[in-house]
Amino acid sequence: MTLLSDYNFIGVYIVVVVIFPFIALGLAWLLRPKKPNPTKTDTYECGLQTIGDTWVQFRAQYFIYALVFVVFDIEAVFLFPWAVAYDQLTLWALVEAILFLGILTVGLLYAWRKGALRWQ
Amino acid sequence: MNFSQVVFIILSAMALIGAVGVVTNRNLFRAALFLILSFVGVAGFYILLEAEFLAMVQLLVYVGAISILIIFAIMLSRRIMSSEFRASNEQWLIALVAAAILLGVLLAILLQVNWPTDPVADIPDNLMVELGKALVAPDQFLLVFEVASVLLLVALVGAVIIARER
Amino acid sequence: MDFILNLWVELGAWAQGLLNSWGVPEWGVNLISDIVGALILLIIAVMAVIIFTPMERKVIARMQDRPGPNRVWPYGLLQALADAIKMLTKEDIVPRNSDRALHMLAPLIVAIPAFLVFAVLPWGPQVIGKDLNVGVLFIVAVGSIHVLAVVIAGWGSNNKFGLLSTFRAVNQLLAYEIPMVLCILTVVLFAKTMSTVGIVEAQTVPYFVVTPVAGMIFLICALAEANRSPVDLLEADSEMVAGYMVEYSGMKFAMFFIAEYVNIFAVAILTSTLFLGGYKFFGLEAVAPILTPVIVFVKAVFVVFCMLWFRATFPRMRFDHLVGFAWKFLVPLALVNLLLGALVVKLTDNVWGQAGFMLLSNIILIAITGILVNRIARQLREAPAIKRIAAVER
Repeated sequence: MTLLSDYNFIGVYIVVVVIFPFIALGLAWLLRPKKPNPTKTDTYECGLQTIGDTWVQFRAQYFIYALVFVVFDIEAVFLFPWAVAYDQLTLWALVEAILFLGILTVGLLYAWRKGALRWQ
Repeated sequence: MNFSQVVFIILSAMALIGAVGVVTNRNLFRAALFLILSFVGVAGFYILLEAEFLAMVQLLVYVGAISILIIFAIMLSRRIMSSEFRASNEQWLIALVAAAILLGVLLAILLQVNWPTDPVADIPDNLMVELGKALVAPDQFLLVFEVASVLLLVALVGAVIIARER
Repeated sequence: MDFILNLWVELGAWAQGLLNSWGVPEWGVNLISDIVGALILLIIAVMAVIIFTPMERKVIARMQDRPGPNRVWPYGLLQALADAIKMLTKEDIVPRNSDRALHMLAPLIVAIPAFLVFAVLPWGPQVIGKDLNVGVLFIVAVGSIHVLAVVIAGWGSNNKFGLLSTFRAVNQLLAYEIPMVLCILTVVLFAKTMSTVGIVEAQTVPYFVVTPVAGMIFLICALAEANRSPVDLLEADSEMVAGYMVEYSGMKFAMFFIAEYVNIFAVAILTSTLFLGGYKFFGLEAVAPILTPVIVFVKAVFVVFCMLWFRATFPRMRFDHLVGFAWKFLVPLALVNLLLGALVVKLTDNVWGQAGFMLLSNIILIAITGILVNRIARQLREAPAIKRIAAVER
C-alpha cells in the first residue's frame, strides 16, 4: 500500500485545488454588480453584429496536426520505460530503440515531404 | 468499508456517469466532455491498482490527445455544430431486446466465475525498470514494441493520405 | 543547531508529534498534514501571481525605458492587489448565445493543471508535496488538462474569433508538447529515474551544461505552453483580441490570468529542477538545508527573468512559422539529441565522462544545425532570383 498511500496527498491536493476556483468565483459573485442588458450580452465582434451560426471554415490542417501529435505522443509514452531502465539494458536495447525511433522518423519525413506539416 | 472501497465507488460512479452521458446527450460536444470524465475515472482505477505509469499514460494519451482529436472532429463538421442530434430512432424496441439479452448472458457468466481477490504476484519495487526491461527483452515484449511502431507508422501514413487536399 | 538547519523537516515532524500527543488517530494526523501541505502549496502558487505580475510589468517597462506601474505602494509593487480588487468587482457578462454550463466550466478547470504541478516540485530533499515515482510524467499528463480547458473556453464562448483562436491555441500547445516530452526523456535518460527529487539528486553537473540543446528546446517549449512571447499569438491584442478568452470578464478572466502566471512560475521551477540543478548549489544544500527553498526560488526567478527578457526582445511569430518551427525543427532536433544521449550513456559510466561527451556532442550538433539551416536559408533566398531570370530568358 505504500505506492497507493503516496496518492493520498495527491487526492487531497486535487480536492483543495478544485475548490479554490469555486471560492474565488463565489467571492466575485458576491461582490460584483449584476445588470445584464441586451447590448452587453451580445457576442463580441469588434462592435459589429454577428451574422449566422458560429462556425469556422474547415481547414483539414488543424486536424492533421492533432493526428500527428497523437502518433508522436504514443511514441514518447513507449520510450518512457525504456529511458528509465536504460542503464540496466544491454547495447542491443539501444539498437531496438533506434529501430523504433527510425520507423517513426520515416513517418515524420513522409508527412513532411507530402506537405502534411505545411500550413496551407 | 475502508477508504479504498469508498474511493472505488466514487471513481466507478464517475466512470459510469461519464459513459451514460456520452450515449444519451444530444449535444455532441457535451458528450465528448462526458467521455473525458469517463477516461479520468479509468485513470483513477489504474491508480487504485497501483499502476501509476498506466494512469499517467491514460491521462496523457486519452485525455490529452485522443479526446482533443474527437473534439476537433466534432467542431470541424459544420452540420453537427447545430448541436441538435437525435439520440434515438424508430428501432429502439429491438435494440432494447438485444441489449437485455446481452445483459442477461453477461450476468449469467460473470456471476458464475470465481473472481480471485488476492494479487497474483508481488508488485516489484522498481516497477518502471522492470517494465522497461520487459519492453526490450527478446523473449518478452520486443516484437510487440517494434510492431507497435509499425502500427503507428501505418496510422500516420493513412492519416496523411486521407486528409491531404487534392 | 540541527533543528534550525533542517527547519522545514523538523517543523513538520514536530507538528505531527503534537497532533499525535493530543490523541488524534493516525489517519487524522495524515489527513491534517496533507491538508496543511496542500494549503501551503496553494498559497505559494498564488504568491507567484502576486510577485510576478508587478515584476513583469516593471521589468519589461525598464527594458523599454519607461517607469511601469508606480502608483500602488512605493515602486508599484502591490499592483497585483489592485488588479485583484478590480477583477473581483467587475461585472460578469455572459453572452446570450453561449453555452452557459461550458462557459462557466472553463475558468474552473483552467487553473487546475498549473496548481497541480506544484505537488511534485522539490523545494528540498524532503520538502516536497509528494515525491511520486512518476513525477515528470505526472507533470506532462496534467498539462494536457490545460489544452482541454482552452477548448472548452473557446467552444463555450460561441464566438467566431474565439473559436478560430481556440484551434490555433490547441495546435500550438500540441505542437510544442512533443519536443518538451522528448527533452524530458533525455533528462530521464541521464538521471535514470522519473521522480523529480531523483533527477535533482542525480545532477552532479547541472543538466543544462550536460545537454544545452535539450535545455534550450525545453525553455522554448515551456514558453509556448505558457503562451508567452514570442509565441503568444493567442493573447495578443492585435491578433485575436484575447483569443479564446474574449467573452470572459471579471473574475473568470482573472482565473485565466492566474492560471497563466502560476503556469509560468511552475514551469520556471520545473526548468530549474530539470536543468539547473534544483535545490542544489555547489554543496550548499548539504551544509545548510534550511536554504534550499531560497535556492529554488532564486533559480526560478532567474528563469522567469529570462522569459520576460524574451518577451521584451523578440517580435511575435506568425502561426505557420510557429507550428512549422515546432514540427520541422524542434522535433527532429530533440529526437537526434535523444539518440545522442542514449549513445553517450552507453559509452561511459562515469558521470563526468558522460557530461563531457554529451556537451561535446551538443556543441557539434549546434554547429551542424547552424550550418544546415544557413545553407537551406541561402537556397531559399536565392531560389526566386533564379526562377525570375529563367522566366525572363524564356
